[in-house]
Amino acid sequence: MLRQIEGSQAVAETVARCRPQVICAYPISPQTHIVEGLSRLVKAGELAGCEFVNVESEFAAMSVAIGAVAAGARTYTATASQGLLFMAEALYNASGLGLPIVMTVANRAIGAPINIWNDHSDAMSQRDSGWIQLYAESNQDAVDLHVQAFRLAEELSVPVMVCMDGFVLTHAYERVDVPTRQQVDAYLPPFTPRQQLDPDAPLTIGAMVGPEAFTEVRYLAHQVQRQALRRIPELAAEFETVFGRSAGGNVRPYRLADAQTVVVALGSVLGTLKDTVDEMRDDGIRVGALGLTTFRPFPAEALREALAPAPRVVVLERAFSVGTGGIVSADLDTALTGLPQRRYTVVAGLGGRPVTKASLRAVIEAALADELAPMTFLDLHQSTVEALP
Amino acid sequence: MTAITFHQTGSLTVGNRLLPPEQRTVQSTGTRTNALTCGHRACQGCGEALGARFVLDAAMRATGGQLVVVNATGCLEVFSTPYPESAWRIPWIHSLFGNAPAVASGVAAALRVRGRTDIRVLGQGGDGGTVDIGFGALSGMFERDDDVLFVCYDNEAYMNTGVQRSGATPPAARTATTQAVGPDPGNVFGQGKSAPLIAMAHEIPYVATATVADPHDLERKVARAMEFHGARYLHVLVPCPLGWGSATADTIRVARLAVQCGLFPLLEAERGQIVAVTPLRRAPVPVEEYLRIQKRYAHLFSPHMRTDVIDRIQALADRTIARFGLRSTGEA
Repeated sequence: MLRQIEGSQAVAETVARCRPQVICAYPISPQTHIVEGLSRLVKAGELAGCEFVNVESEFAAMSVAIGAVAAGARTYTATASQGLLFMAEALYNASGLGLPIVMTVANRAIGAPINIWNDHSDAMSQRDSGWIQLYAESNQDAVDLHVQAFRLAEELSVPVMVCMDGFVLTHAYERVDVPTRQQVDAYLPPFTPRQQLDPDAPLTIGAMVGPEAFTEVRYLAHQVQRQALRRIPELAAEFETVFGRSAGGNVRPYRLADAQTVVVALGSVLGTLKDTVDEMRDDGIRVGALGLTTFRPFPAEALREALAPAPRVVVLERAFSVGTGGIVSADLDTALTGLPQRRYTVVAGLGGRPVTKASLRAVIEAALADELAPMTFLDLHQSTVEALP
Repeated sequence: MTAITFHQTGSLTVGNRLLPPEQRTVQSTGTRTNALTCGHRACQGCGEALGARFVLDAAMRATGGQLVVVNATGCLEVFSTPYPESAWRIPWIHSLFGNAPAVASGVAAALRVRGRTDIRVLGQGGDGGTVDIGFGALSGMFERDDDVLFVCYDNEAYMNTGVQRSGATPPAARTATTQAVGPDPGNVFGQGKSAPLIAMAHEIPYVATATVADPHDLERKVARAMEFHGARYLHVLVPCPLGWGSATADTIRVARLAVQCGLFPLLEAERGQIVAVTPLRRAPVPVEEYLRIQKRYAHLFSPHMRTDVIDRIQALADRTIARFGLRSTGEA
């Protein structure tokens, strides 16, 4: 049933219907509304069989999650920005141990300068942490990705991050069909841990691994990620059967047929981008968009297949590697090696700056005219640059 | 042949056949779990290995074998689990250096929600993992009163990384980062913290201190801790021959002297109130006797006697004895 609902609240209700057993949380904007909603459900007794643990830091939040999932509980937490960085050590640990935690990242910039608004710097900084990263385009998407995330995480015994743009999605009220418990139950079976701390069958988890086996552990982790690339579209197809709508998958092509320029993007900016594409198509300009839902593992083959016919590819980056350039662009360059096409990086919307249709259109037109620089900062205020000390 | 006086029996030896079976240590019985079994890679004379063995076998007895252990990074983790081997005969998880109390909280939460509160959770780490890098997580676990017994095996420095100073390193002790050079060699005075007293300030159900020199006392405190639910803390002094520069055969002796000179008080507290201290049976041993057999204090004796520094340490011991009332009645 469609309801007008805040993104965070929709995610909280959805997570609750996934029957989590341990939720741990530390407050950080713009993630707080999600765990506030969940804490209320637990406190009110509406989420039976769930422990809500208020912890003293994000590092502790991820650590409690590690302990809880290792002891056999379906476990959820949420964070953003500095909080994700504070968790970094524990993130690698959770993935290294193959623990299927699901976490929402309400994407936000990283300081300094301190900035609470949306970009993808936080999640992208953890791209090598071994977590699967799924990016939501809308609040409906965010809700649906969470349901799939639990299934994916637990099937493969790997942690999954669902990234949703802070404020733009978390605090936005829009129409969302929040899944019913019956629907979720039909899609998501109870958690059966691959390994579990159990006095009746003692296990050593987290042994010290030396040079003789460390490479093999990483090799196997990579195989699991490759398996995820195959499994994610299958789980999306199954989701569509149960829920009657499409969500998830690795990549989402939009009006790619005969496109002379394709813009690749992640997250909520895809909405603005698709509107821009529609308007330009109406004007007879052959452009398309490609949404990247799965950023980790990187769906290189799917991207190559989708982008090979395009003579120009523009990557819209919501994060930026200082001193290097676009983060998605670097991965994409590897995936598209050898293709006769021009590729451009556009750094856009850092620290919450709005990405407008007008700006996007200008960039695409510049690309079509072969006048776009290899790397551009969208809407850079030259006067502010000159005023900064 | 060494003469054994009766008052030592069972208190100062692992177990003695002279005692009736019910009074013997868990460690002396054939029914012990061997939670930390043989074949691990601890150094000869390792106090931490000994302490962990006493603690965990006692905890296994107290819980009927229903125990999950969470281990911080450190010597204990490294020497016990060189893949593909493991010395643990219990469910055991190691996550990180600074998060063992939080991981233990997570395990406890999962067990609670699964209706398995019969399974108890024990977290453990060295002094670095407990009083320094894991302190925030420890305090969080305490204030939430999570059902976890956390055990600190305190060898007073970062031994696994090569004997560097921690917040539990005592004054004047030489470590790799408080070297025996300059006018005030070794660790400075006036620093460090008492984790047991800070634990007490959280008013958790049970806090106790113990050493590996008295296995009866150590095992009893583990058993006592397991009678409570909620957050509990046990701080165990475990000499490190490598870091302390003591003879490998002297681990028990050094730990005993630490108690007998008054520097390491044995106490138990419930809900923030001290309920028992172990009084010194005889006049306190001068700290010099404790310091002299450890090379980490060698600079106090050579090339010149540093009686000024030894006096300051003696004053610390005297103050501890007075503060906790460790002298038998009338002698203080």
